[in-house]
Amino acid sequence: MSAANSAETPVALADEPAVDLEQARAHGLTDDEYYAVQRWLGRTPTFTELGVFSVMWSEHCSYKSSRRHLRMMPNQGPRVVGGPGENAGALEVGDGWVAVFKIESHNHPSFVEPYQGAATGVGGILRDIFTMGARPVASMDSLKFGAFDHPRTRYLLGGVVGGIGGYGNCVGVPTVGGEVMFDAAYNGNILVNAFCLGLARRGELQSARAQGPGNPVMYVGSATGRDGIHGASLLASAEFDASSEAKRPTVQVGDPFTEKLLIEACLEAMQSGAIVAIQDMGAAGLTSSSSEMAARGGLGIEIDLDRIPLREAGLTPYEMLLSESQERMLLVAERGREAELAAIFSRWDLHAVVIGKITEDRRWRVRWRGKLVADIPAVALTDEAPVYDRPAREPSTAAATSGTASGAASKSGAASSAASNLNAASSAAFWPSPAAALRRLLDSPNVGSKRWVYRQYDSMVQSNTMAGPGGDAAVLRIKGTNRALALKVDSNPRACALDPYVGAAATVVEAARNVACAGARPIGLTNCLNYGNPERPEIMWQFIRGVEGIRDAALALETPVVSGNVSFYNETEGRAIPPTPTIAMLGVIEDAGRRVTPFFKHPGDAVILVRTAAATLAASEYAAFFAGNTESLAALDLKRERGLIEGLVAAADRGLIRSAHDVAEGGLAVTLAQCCFNPDGVLGAEIDGMPEQGGAEVLFGEGASTVVLSAALGEIEKLRGLFGGIEFGVIGRVTEGTRLKVAEAIDEDVRELMQIHEQAIARRLAAHG
Amino acid sequence: MKWGVVRFPGSLDDTDALWALNHVMGQEARALWHKDEDLAGVQCVVLPGGFSYGDYLRCGAIARFAPIMKSVVRFANDGGLVLGICNGFQILCEAHLLPGALMRNRSLSFICELVNVRIENTATPFTCAARQGEVLRLPIKHGEGLYVAPADELRAMEERGQVLLRYTDAAGRERDDANPNGSTRAIAGVANATFNVFGLMPHPEHAVEAALGGEDGLKIFRSIVMSVEQASAAASAARSSAASSKTPA
Repeated sequence: MSAANSAETPVALADEPAVDLEQARAHGLTDDEYYAVQRWLGRTPTFTELGVFSVMWSEHCSYKSSRRHLRMMPNQGPRVVGGPGENAGALEVGDGWVAVFKIESHNHPSFVEPYQGAATGVGGILRDIFTMGARPVASMDSLKFGAFDHPRTRYLLGGVVGGIGGYGNCVGVPTVGGEVMFDAAYNGNILVNAFCLGLARRGELQSARAQGPGNPVMYVGSATGRDGIHGASLLASAEFDASSEAKRPTVQVGDPFTEKLLIEACLEAMQSGAIVAIQDMGAAGLTSSSSEMAARGGLGIEIDLDRIPLREAGLTPYEMLLSESQERMLLVAERGREAELAAIFSRWDLHAVVIGKITEDRRWRVRWRGKLVADIPAVALTDEAPVYDRPAREPSTAAATSGTASGAASKSGAASSAASNLNAASSAAFWPSPAAALRRLLDSPNVGSKRWVYRQYDSMVQSNTMAGPGGDAAVLRIKGTNRALALKVDSNPRACALDPYVGAAATVVEAARNVACAGARPIGLTNCLNYGNPERPEIMWQFIRGVEGIRDAALALETPVVSGNVSFYNETEGRAIPPTPTIAMLGVIEDAGRRVTPFFKHPGDAVILVRTAAATLAASEYAAFFAGNTESLAALDLKRERGLIEGLVAAADRGLIRSAHDVAEGGLAVTLAQCCFNPDGVLGAEIDGMPEQGGAEVLFGEGASTVVLSAALGEIEKLRGLFGGIEFGVIGRVTEGTRLKVAEAIDEDVRELMQIHEQAIARRLAAHG
Repeated sequence: MKWGVVRFPGSLDDTDALWALNHVMGQEARALWHKDEDLAGVQCVVLPGGFSYGDYLRCGAIARFAPIMKSVVRFANDGGLVLGICNGFQILCEAHLLPGALMRNRSLSFICELVNVRIENTATPFTCAARQGEVLRLPIKHGEGLYVAPADELRAMEERGQVLLRYTDAAGRERDDANPNGSTRAIAGVANATFNVFGLMPHPEHAVEAALGGEDGLKIFRSIVMSVEQASAAASAARSSAASSKTPA
């Protein structure tokens, strides 16, 4: 680890601050990390080098707290293609197509600057996908906001939704689904997780591994400006406090028009075969893309900053290297084919300039105005960045670690209700009538229609969307085949707050079950792990338990984890969000014509309840409204969960069911109502064979894995055979009229319920004026 | 028949229009590049949806200066059929091939949803396969679709029958809550005074397959095919040299 034996040593530039321990601390490095930097270099780093180390060794870029735990995730399987270490894994989906997908957080920027934060979150995840050689075909988003009437929620909701739409609509990638939740636990730290799915032909996947010393390195896309500097290190790798507003300049600004050009130009350039490796300039921009590509190939790289296209004059090397200006890609070209590539990019009016070359000596070397300004072993910035085995400790009460999600009170039951304004007005003594509870739940922004959100997104561009937002899973056909893909993003922070292991495993199962409700076999997942400050042992414990839960569920369902992202430091002034692992599941439908929708279709059909366990009110929306909740989650039997999913897939494949809808927020009564909301004409239902009569648990519980099916009477026995060992019962029938009747408890007009459901968010925003 | 779909930087629904024409309708459609001036002998030019040039400055304001637009204007002035969808409609207004302009939706937000539009005039090449008063279910997806035009211009347009589509409810009634963007007189699509240029905010190319939610958009494309076939049949019957010169061999 001694300094390069070349005679040249990087020089300090005029006007640069001196580098010492104090300066290193100001950059977010620990004392030990600073000493490690000195050991790697055999000298004191220059100011430029210090900046580079600070971003590459930030939690956001290095995964230093999570890396050793993430290794336990299963990432292999018969459908998996593409080696580890690439930006995302890929799965074979049949007929020569592979699917590439990933979900990533943009929580911190979106809280500081909601429109641009969310917009650039979408842009960043799109680049992660097309850099693999896959055309982005669908986006989804998982959003968590504070309580609906928190003073900042309206501003953040409008900004985030506007940003997702403003960017997504302009790049021609449909936003086909997502989830939105409001809870006081996110008052000080919203979550914005952006997902993208891409499709490529098998064998056309691109690599991010540099090859061939002497090959030119090309910079493509937007010019570099001062935006986003230290986005990864200072913003995304630290908690929020009163000074967070001042970090707004660390948020990047998006230009979706350029992104659209970049997508088309890159996909065209990839077809030429002249690209050896390619990576987007995401977090830590030029620095991460160049050092990571070099390190993956066991090679070095040399960059000349004088050739970087700049938005304005006067950027220092420090700024150029750390800028997170958007819509930029770095690629390694085959030597001699630079002009050919430049011509393709120029056709799309994009910059494409050679800024350096691949070298053999494994060093990451940067020049500016003829001077060497940085000279670092490439692996020191990537694979050899510090890895921590942080202490983890189970908290005595869940509430001690986090602002528990509403309704999910801790074992002690004390601290969390106060944190939730939904709970604040409620009292355990108040039990409304079932009909009133149903109306109240349908009116909840967490249960009611999210149309206000998704009607602002283009969900149909590219002409593949068979089922868009508003159902269980989105369904996209693959043109030229009979196949379709189903995708669903899910999270369940209330359950995770009660039990971070069971909650995480249940989230995987729920996402898979939703995909299966559309008739698709779940084949793989990506995850975004949102947690608090990993330097606190209780948070680290939550995280590890979450990873274990995802691992076990993914193994049980044989759905490998092909990609993922970790977002730590989701805290404001010492208050962490509840553990929120977000799961996006992909499924395949062999025959798109067999897809299933959530809605009842034929009067006279049987309404069937299939479930793995009895429901409880733990972590339910009902509990959040009407009662503080001291229950713990039911254990999850992963074998039975798999049985339920297999049964759904088989039922769809054999054409035995007319509808399937997962019981989620609001419980069975809400699900039954939603089944009646057929957009082609509402129907009624008469439910008289409930497993147990009357109780709030049955009508409004959420704890169990439960699905409502409808099927022709003649198919019931065949269906029952598909769900061996799992509770299967005919509970009623679909009716001609517009009334939903559930035993003696509920007798409501479906059109009225639909109106309440439809207006849940819209009316609140209108009322706010 | 031969179709050309213009591809501007930032066009998004160009591939969807090509898919609808080539794969669903079995037509012969090709992409036309914005930097070219050659229309390649097509019989109908489609300006597709999207955000041409990012819609920076104003929707369609930059696209109208693209090299291909010189040819499109010439083609339209010679009586060629031009269909502008969404952003294409905005470009046609900016290029003064259509009257009026499109402003921000009254909700001030982007709207993506299915709407109902009523056919107001079937005596045009774009609507001849539909019935008078027929209601089509088509998707819209735009942030700037509120149609405006000066009052006297509007009056003249209505008198000449240039308003081809109006937002209504499913039963074909005009209602304020069935007007998704606040367009003047619920106007969803207009033609020029010579009825060879048509712009509409809804997307017929996104309503051509039952599996994706509907086929009502086919009515628009079939009308165009029908009118071109009739014109060429009439032309060959009459051996009209003026008409045949528009279709280079």
